[in-house]
Amino acid sequence: MTHTLKLFALRAWLPVLLVAIWWFASRGSTSLYFPPLSQIMSIFAEDWLGRRVVSDLLPTLGKLLIGFGLSVVLGILLGVFLGLNRWARSLVEYIVLFFRSLPPPVLVPVGVVIIGIGAAMNIFIVVLGAIWPTLMGTIDGVRSLDLVQRDMAKSYRLTVWQRLMYVILPNAGPQILAGMRTTLQLSIILVVVAEMLASTNGVGHYVLASQQTFAVTETWAGTLLLGVIGYLTTLVFVSIERRVLRWQRGSGQE
Amino acid sequence: MNNTVVHDQPIMQVVGLQKSYGDARVLADVTFDVQPGEFVCVVGPSGSGKTTLLRTIAGLQPSSAGEVIFEGERVTEPPQKMAVVFQDYSRSLLPWMSVHDNVVLPMRNKFGAAEREAKAAEALKAVGLEGKEKLYPWEMSGGMQQRAAIARGLAYEPDVLLMDEPFAAVDAQTRIELEDLVLRVRDQFDQTVLFVTHDIDEAVYLADRVIVLSGAPTTVTEDLRIDLPRPRHIVDTKALPRYAELRNHVLTLIQDAKSHSSLRR
Repeated sequence: MTHTLKLFALRAWLPVLLVAIWWFASRGSTSLYFPPLSQIMSIFAEDWLGRRVVSDLLPTLGKLLIGFGLSVVLGILLGVFLGLNRWARSLVEYIVLFFRSLPPPVLVPVGVVIIGIGAAMNIFIVVLGAIWPTLMGTIDGVRSLDLVQRDMAKSYRLTVWQRLMYVILPNAGPQILAGMRTTLQLSIILVVVAEMLASTNGVGHYVLASQQTFAVTETWAGTLLLGVIGYLTTLVFVSIERRVLRWQRGSGQE
Repeated sequence: MNNTVVHDQPIMQVVGLQKSYGDARVLADVTFDVQPGEFVCVVGPSGSGKTTLLRTIAGLQPSSAGEVIFEGERVTEPPQKMAVVFQDYSRSLLPWMSVHDNVVLPMRNKFGAAEREAKAAEALKAVGLEGKEKLYPWEMSGGMQQRAAIARGLAYEPDVLLMDEPFAAVDAQTRIELEDLVLRVRDQFDQTVLFVTHDIDEAVYLADRVIVLSGAPTTVTEDLRIDLPRPRHIVDTKALPRYAELRNHVLTLIQDAKSHSSLRR
């Protein structure tokens, strides 16, 4: 327990110091662009612990969750299929290469034209831009199956389903999760960009709208919130990843 | 005990087996059979296609010509009543599963849940891994990992257990332990075993019969009955004059095969 506390202290002192510096340096500031941190925090509390939770925060989190979830599910399903079918893989290789080379935010204007504005469109943009790392990770992971493991699965006559669940997917796990991590980061970026350009609510919309109406304190508060969302989701993800890949740390296959 | 058993129907027949990879002929003509209950060792110089032979017998790859008949049927895919213990235990065991789960997994398509548990417990006990079920493979020594792989093969209850140089990667003392372990469980489970190795001492010590291979392109040089008494004992058996005789005979065959195949190349 003291060990955990020590570790926490070791990691937390710099962020705490930076926030303290910000707090005191901005105290009494009258600059339009750099309002005092105390003011930012009170707006933050008012909006993001209060009235905007239902109207903006929850929609953003919902879109993030659905977009990320769909990207992961579709990415893994497609990745398994493509990983196991050389023929299909060669067929779509260049299409995949093209889409994943495209800077994802560039999809937003096209998306607006095709499906217009709103939650469904935002989610569509997230999936279209964020699916690729999970897809590529899954394809590579599925293809990386060890020859001896494949022989073992064959000689013991494991069914296709058993091979998938007990051999192929666990083996691909590290690469799938590495892809998912990037997919998560891209999902956050894309949900915000999509909301900025093609939504009438959400944290992204709030940040851009407040900036355009010179409500700079709100802009700061929204930006802080996005940082917190990104940080917390990554934290949750990493702790799940650790648990799932416990075998990998022990077997020295990192 | 099995030395005098006579059977009219071999459990497995390898008939004129050939295998080439492109222009390279690995197996030229391999023919032998295995009787039920027998412990047969296949021994050959390195590069004689032992692993190719075993993979073909196991139905993991097709032959170029000839066939393997197992329990009266031609092998075209891995038969349900055959199991393989691979050389590389660190890769054949799944690192994301405990020893118990590794042993149980192949039985899912064969036995009900309660039966699987009973068979896994029995096999793990037989190889001396009782109480280690919850460990992951990478938490155990190489010798223990190969024990787990052997337990997986035994629990599957194959009619023939194929073993592909299973002790090539363990140290000498562990190897001695595992050789005796294999003899013991073979008796306990009345298991027919086809054991591939490059180690002549191992082959003569373990087998009822040794199939000696030539170098590639490979044929059977000799089908040698090992008339040493059972149970075998690591010190006593190896001290018998007959053991030295048989061992030297096989060694001579292998040495000849090596010099022939290097001449041919």
